[in-house]
Amino acid sequence: MASSFDRIADIIAENSEVERDKILPDSHVINDLGIDSLDFLDIVFAIDKAFGIKVPVEAWTQEVNAGTAPAEQYFVMKNLAARIDELVAAKGG
Amino acid sequence: MKLEYFQMIDRVVSFDGESIVVESTIPDASPVFEGHFPGYPLMPGVLLVETMAQASGWLLLKLGNFERMPFLMGVKEAKFRSFIGPGTPVTVHAQRLHDGSGYAVTKARIEANGKRICDAELTLRIMDFPAPELAAAMRGRGQELGLA
Repeated sequence: MASSFDRIADIIAENSEVERDKILPDSHVINDLGIDSLDFLDIVFAIDKAFGIKVPVEAWTQEVNAGTAPAEQYFVMKNLAARIDELVAAKGG
Repeated sequence: MKLEYFQMIDRVVSFDGESIVVESTIPDASPVFEGHFPGYPLMPGVLLVETMAQASGWLLLKLGNFERMPFLMGVKEAKFRSFIGPGTPVTVHAQRLHDGSGYAVTKARIEANGKRICDAELTLRIMDFPAPELAAAMRGRGQELGLA
């Protein structure tokens, strides 16, 4: 099976106007790829469905806004893939 | 249904946890029909979308115990299959397809006389009520509908 990074990058390319080959492990989803909040919602929905999880994007956003977590922890592609892997593992998958 | 007040839902028929069925009747007369269209009044497609969004919204309000407000954020695969005019009773079905973090996705459809009028997949962002008046208004109307 493709890596989580590749699966997420494919989802982003399918749900936005970002070209697949522009999505790199160090790409920041918002700052580098220019994904807006509505596209990000579609992407999260597609990730939820593809991985059978519920990405806690509200909690992540609150942590970033409160300054208790750096945005890069959730919104840089390689870290986002790691968070998704953690959620899948926590679910028992 | 009061088009000018965007009150699209008249009554709730059933709620079963993940879906809701509501009824409403397109008004006999409205300024909307004077423009849409002269001599051939039709319920506008955008108001059919609004009707499906409101049915979805009431479903999500109920599922969230009226603690947060759903706002329409996206409409996908909307199809308008038949014309519908003044005075027509309609039944609206809405089902939650996905319960996300701060959002939900629903599938909704409108039927009239046993015939499908339209359907769509809707995305709603679910947020804290931005104003206490809105929370009170939604809970008040929810009580009238037997949901709150």
